[in-house]
Amino acid sequence: MVAWFQSVLGEHWGWLVAHLVLVLAIALPVMLVMALSTWVDRKVWALVQLRKGPNVVGPFGLAQPFADGIKLFLKETIIPTGASKVVFLMAPMISFVLALVAWAVIPFDAGLVLADINLGLLYLFAISSLGVYGIIMSGWASNSRYAFLGGLRSAAQMVSYEVSIGLIIICVVLYASSFNLTEIVEAQRGAILGVFNLNLLNPLLVPVAVLFFISALAETNRPPFDLPEAEAELVAGYQTEYSSMAFALLMLGEYMNILLMCALFSILFLGGYLPPIDWAPLEAIPGLAWLFAKIVLVFILFAWVKALVPRYRYDQLMRLGWKVFLPFSLLWVAVVSGWLVFSGHYGGGS
Amino acid sequence: MIQALVFYLLAAVTVVAAVMVITARNPVHSVLWLILAFVNSAGLFLVIGAEFLAMILMIVYVGAVAVLFLFVVMMLDVDFSSLRRGALANLPLGLLIGVVLAVELVVVASAWQAGRLAGPGAPARPTPRDLPNAEALGQVLYTDFVLAFQVAGLVLLVAMVGAIVLTHRERPGVRRQSAAAQTARSPAEAVVLARPTVGAGVDTDAGVR
Repeated sequence: MVAWFQSVLGEHWGWLVAHLVLVLAIALPVMLVMALSTWVDRKVWALVQLRKGPNVVGPFGLAQPFADGIKLFLKETIIPTGASKVVFLMAPMISFVLALVAWAVIPFDAGLVLADINLGLLYLFAISSLGVYGIIMSGWASNSRYAFLGGLRSAAQMVSYEVSIGLIIICVVLYASSFNLTEIVEAQRGAILGVFNLNLLNPLLVPVAVLFFISALAETNRPPFDLPEAEAELVAGYQTEYSSMAFALLMLGEYMNILLMCALFSILFLGGYLPPIDWAPLEAIPGLAWLFAKIVLVFILFAWVKALVPRYRYDQLMRLGWKVFLPFSLLWVAVVSGWLVFSGHYGGGS
Repeated sequence: MIQALVFYLLAAVTVVAAVMVITARNPVHSVLWLILAFVNSAGLFLVIGAEFLAMILMIVYVGAVAVLFLFVVMMLDVDFSSLRRGALANLPLGLLIGVVLAVELVVVASAWQAGRLAGPGAPARPTPRDLPNAEALGQVLYTDFVLAFQVAGLVLLVAMVGAIVLTHRERPGVRRQSAAAQTARSPAEAVVLARPTVGAGVDTDAGVR
């Protein structure tokens, strides 16, 4: 497609226009899926509690997210007095844009990726570590105690769990010996007994996968780690002072980050766009469908946990992050790399 | 052409952001400008093809160090206007440091023009061109410079231990939660089932630790 645009518009402009089109081709479906994911979230939550959930607007209530979006769009934007205006308005934009740009390196199918860069996984990690700023800026700029406390809690929590996520990622990278996401997916082809295309069946990676799932919950401020938005004590945390589109952007950024974590879990542990079993009829189904199915599966797990588990206390959250996850993931990096060298994974052996 | 444009854009924003760091009235704004400068420097690294350094700069400096800066500045409520009052007295010292830095930059640039230093510190073999950044770094870091790498790690460890030792204090009479003890409790030692006679009450300490 890039070649076609370049033949029409010349080399540089063709490249630019083609990539703008590609960006839209990724961003728009991602936003649509994100809108529907809020519906899935509420439906799963309702099912656990024997309620019906959203079922009025559109078939099965499917249009509910769009109705919510239009409602927010039509509200007045309120900026609190004493707020740092520029920072206040910049914070939601930052969290939204950061959640969106991360999708540039996600491989949707073999070769179907916007930026197939060598350090894709490090790029994702860098972008997600920038995500703290949207929250900490919104918390500070609101000039409100609830928002400030929420922002501080969230920032401390994200920084703590990022450390163990980084170490967990290294375990997977050791197996694939690459930071490139496509190569990480391809390394899982027939990785288990030559038949199964998922890292999750690897006994050495199972504990890491569980740790990653829990850390992802904490990283995206989902229950049981949703202390930044703990209603009972902080109203809505860093979102307290936001209204209208600014609130919508914060909310969208949050859900997009959750979807990104689901995609990352699918790519690291569930084989990304590969079918779970290396079998010809399954290979016929396009990789995009497999990745989508896996993302939905992990997202339903996220929603399920939200409905089932009560909220942690803040000191328990910090204890879990620093005293349990960090030492364990550090130990596990040593175990995995030791095993890989011992078993001659990198060739040569010893 | 486009590389030069991108370079000048990133460099200009970096310089402007760096100036704003020291001129912004609000300390939190200054930290935010500092973060902008960091991000643009990461962009500059990308322009010269050092993508691994760019990512590490983002993860370590922007994602961790600057967050801590922001935390401290937000929490401490420093009155920067009082700090700035004596700034004029320190102007000569500041100028001196600036001049020293400028002279050093000129010396380094002219030395670089003259050719590289051949000595024990120089790498034994040139880095292949087509090798990815991360691999190229790893190949020299864990072979030629393994001692420096280990020492750097040790220095960081010592700094960490030192910080903990300096700030750690034992406070008497603090009731700490022990997760292991809590999960090891069984109903037999945690719950007392009693059927008291009316008006007699229950001795709550009996059977409870």
